[in-house]
Formats: sequence, structure tokens, C-alpha cells
Amino acid sequence: MIDENTVRHVARLARLRLEPEEEKVMQEELSGILEHIDAIRSMDLDGVPPTTHVLALENVLRADVPRPSLPREEALREADDVVDESFGVPRMD
Amino acid sequence: MSGFEPVIGVEIHVQLSTRTKMFCGCELSFGDPPNVHTCPVCLAHPGVLPVVNEEAVRRALMIGLALGCEIAPRSIFHRKNYFYPDLPKAYQVSQFDIPICGRGEFVAIREDGSELRVGITRAHLEEDAAKLTHLGGRRAGAEESVVDFNRGGTPLVEIVTEPDLRSASDAVTFLRQLRQTLLFLGVSDCSMEEGSMRADANVSIRPVGSHEFGTKTELKNMNSFRFLERGMDAEIARQEGILRDGGRVSQETVHYEPETGHITSLRSKEESHDYRYFPEPDLVPVAPDPAWVDELRANLPELPLSLRRRMVDDMGLSAEDALVLTESPELVAYFMEAAALADPKACANWIRGELRAQLRDAGTEPWESKVTPAHVAALVDLLAAGTVSVPAAKEVLAGMIETGDQPAAVVEAKGLAQMDESDLAAVIAAIVESNPDQAQQLRDGKDKVMGFFVGQAMKQTGGRADPQAVQKLVRELVLGS
Repeated sequence: MIDENTVRHVARLARLRLEPEEEKVMQEELSGILEHIDAIRSMDLDGVPPTTHVLALENVLRADVPRPSLPREEALREADDVVDESFGVPRMD
Repeated sequence: MSGFEPVIGVEIHVQLSTRTKMFCGCELSFGDPPNVHTCPVCLAHPGVLPVVNEEAVRRALMIGLALGCEIAPRSIFHRKNYFYPDLPKAYQVSQFDIPICGRGEFVAIREDGSELRVGITRAHLEEDAAKLTHLGGRRAGAEESVVDFNRGGTPLVEIVTEPDLRSASDAVTFLRQLRQTLLFLGVSDCSMEEGSMRADANVSIRPVGSHEFGTKTELKNMNSFRFLERGMDAEIARQEGILRDGGRVSQETVHYEPETGHITSLRSKEESHDYRYFPEPDLVPVAPDPAWVDELRANLPELPLSLRRRMVDDMGLSAEDALVLTESPELVAYFMEAAALADPKACANWIRGELRAQLRDAGTEPWESKVTPAHVAALVDLLAAGTVSVPAAKEVLAGMIETGDQPAAVVEAKGLAQMDESDLAAVIAAIVESNPDQAQQLRDGKDKVMGFFVGQAMKQTGGRADPQAVQKLVRELVLGS
């Protein structure tokens, strides 16, 4: 079982605001997921390479040839705020 | 610095000058109006899939090969997770435990000719963030920042060194020569000002003789080598002050302010370094065909280190000559062409000295000027044959810069051919005769007055006298020796 502080830490990293009762639920659900990992760990996996991808594909590459970009109006259409032809965001400095 | 030694490692981000971005077909650009090179992929719209730019892989491999890195037979991409408005996916696609280029070594040459060996930890591929600008005072009361996604998704290679550097000056020597090497490879513009090359330094100090590392700080993103060197020196001094006062250096990111010379701490938010890397499921592994890697290795251009060694060992140049002449691929090509035709040492002197000095006023480089390498070689030959004096040769050069004529033609047109000795002797005799005071000074052992005679001779001959010959004649006439 992972502790409450770990849940809060992970929530902060993911920019999630959790109510205390939600923290409790998350604690249980995350612990449940980690138990699955423990089940895998209990097996003898010496010599088994880690699976990073489920597709047996390599080298899917693209030629360095330009393709049309979006018109700016379209790119900015979903922006919350448009300032100086750019995406306006809360102050960052 | 007594008692402590600095330990420095650097991380260099290099924007690859490909035509398109790392994972989409948007064109790269610098200085275009904001947000005209974006698409659903680099804006991180839901459901899009990135595809790796083959040219970016090729250039990363070239960098790895030039740095003597082990090339990973199969490397993968990871997601580096953090929230910031310049990163629309809330993760940067980067590489983590299996970078495309592993351990290598770079050899730089210090100005005194000694070798500076720097271990390369890794070089990996990733994507650049977008450009975030704080509006600040630009708009009254603005409490906003704005994001331009043109740069977002530009291919980057991050090169990380071992903590092998022991002074700020060595670190900058390494960085300058690494930059030259990258320019020779033609993989990046490497402009510090425009941000296509950025360097961070990890700095710590430890008592001399100690093998443990002290706590390091990270000096961020300076836009010139000069400021970076000053910043490292300031940070080294700051850490030394802390340790001498019995304090402890805290691990943090610091910033150097060139205007004041102060080091300030960039408050790094708690947890900001918990990136939770995990393999990027949207991108399959890159496993470069060994035949491709061999071909790239075989086709690497000759790099500055090898050129410098050849210039010093085979052509008799000084280490400093070699450093200056390998500044850019164009300059090397220019010099090599001249050196194949005339004395290399003399060609080096004229190209790095007088030619560049005269062209500086016009703001041009030798290879852009009307003076060809063959012209330089011909001028060097005229000097060696005694046809022109050094001062006259400088005038010939000025003439060639203006007209693009052969040096012999300029000599002819301007009447710059050296006077033969009997004509010169007559001129010297007249000068000595009409300046008895100076002649007496020379007899009294005041050698400085020789400059007066040389100056007079040059004036009266219009620069056609050889200063050495003038001195010899004056001595014979006045001192009888």
C-alpha cells in the first residue's frame, strides 16, 4: 500500500487537485496497480529484455521534406487567449 | 585559486539545421512572424502521431561518430514529463537510458598546444520547446506571457560531458572547438546569439587532491562563451567563499548576470526534477543499419583536430596559427588552397594577419573577397623572391582587394617593385647626409633612431625599400659595419 504523501506528490506532479476522499480512493487504486507489478516481479525474468514497445517495428522514419503548416488563424483558433498573434498564457517568468 | 580545484562538466544543446521539425513536416525558421510553422503534431492536438525525421537521425549519428561515441544498435525515445506553457504535450520527447550515441571522447587543443581530453557521456536526440516571452512592461499592466510555437519541435542533439574539465578557461576552449567541429560537420548553425547552440555548465569545487565530488550547481544557458567563462569563474569564486566560511554549497540552478557580475539563484520549484521518464509508446525504436553508420563514418569531413595536427606537424604552423585558421570550414579551405602553392607558414601569416585585418573594415571574409588563395600564394612568392618589401606587399594586398588583379599586375601598376640596392644606396646616402644629428645618435649607440631612417627611406621611396636592406645600408654608411 502506498502512503498518502506519495498520492499527494503524484497528484501535484499531474496538476490534479484531489479532495481527501478522492485521495483515499486513489491510494487504493494506485496500490492495486502496483500489486500487479509485484506479481510480475515475483516471476523469474532473468534474460527477458524489458518490453518498451508492443509493436515489432523499428526505424519508422520520415524524409526531411516540408509539408504545409496550419494557417495561423486556424492554429490559434482553440487558444484560450490570443495576444500578439500568439497563445496568451498566465504570467511565467 | 589555492586549496580548491573546480570540477566542471557541460551540457550542450544543438539545434539541427534540418529543413523540418523532429516529428512533423513543419519548416524550421528563425525570425519569422509567430505561429506560422505549426501543425496538429507540434501543437499537441489529441490523437496525432509523431514520425521521426530521418535527417535528424543522420545528423545525430554524424555528431556521435565525430565525438568517437559508441552508436547504440537500438535506441528508444522517452517522455520527460513536466508542465510548462512552452511544452504543449506536457512532456518533451527525449532519450533516457538508451541514447542514440553513448560514450565517446573529444580532444581539444589549448593555445599552448597541449591536449585537453574531455569524456563524452552521451549525445541524444530530443525536441526543442516553444518560445515563451513575458510581456512585462510591453503592454500596460500585462501579467501575461505569450507562446510562439514556431520553434517547438525543432530537432536538438544534447551532448553531455563527463566532469573532466578543471577550469572555466578549459571549458570554453572545449566548447569553442566542439562548436567548430559541429560547424565542419554542417549539422547546425551553432549560433550562440540566436540560440541554436546553448551551453549549461555543472560546476563544483573540491579540495585539491580530493577524489570526491563537491555539491554542484548548474549555470544556465549563457548566450556567449565570454559570459559563460566569466559566469563559471564567478560561480567558482562564490562556492569557494561559501566553503572557506565553513558553509555548504546547495544544489541549485544559478544564473550569471553579465551586467553586474552577480550570481543569482533561480528558485527551482520543489519537485520540478521529478520527470517520471517512461518509454514513448508513439515512437518505435531507432536501430540504425550498421552499413549506414559505416557509410556516414567514411564520409565524415576532415575535422578541425586532424587539420590542426596536420598544420602543426606537416606544415610548420604554430598551434595558435592552426587554431585561428580552423575557425571555419571556409577559412581552412582558403588557407589549404594557398598553402598548396606557396610556403604554408608565410601564407598562414598573411591570411590570418594582414588580409583579414584589411578585410575587416569592409566586413568581408577572405573567401568572399576578390583576393583568391592563388593571389595570396603569388604575393608570398613575390616577397620570397625579394621583388617587393613587406610594406609594399601590404599595399599590393590593398590593391588586390580593390581590383582583384594578380599581385604582379598591382606591383606594376603602382610601381611597388623593390628598388635595387644601388638605387636604394643613393637614397640612403642622401638621407644620412641631410640628417647629421640622427647619424650621430646612431654612432652614440642609440639604436632606436634606426626607426627614423627606415621611416624616411620608406617615405622617399614610396614604400619600395626593403626595411632590412635600409637598416643594413644605414649601418654600413654611418657605422662602417
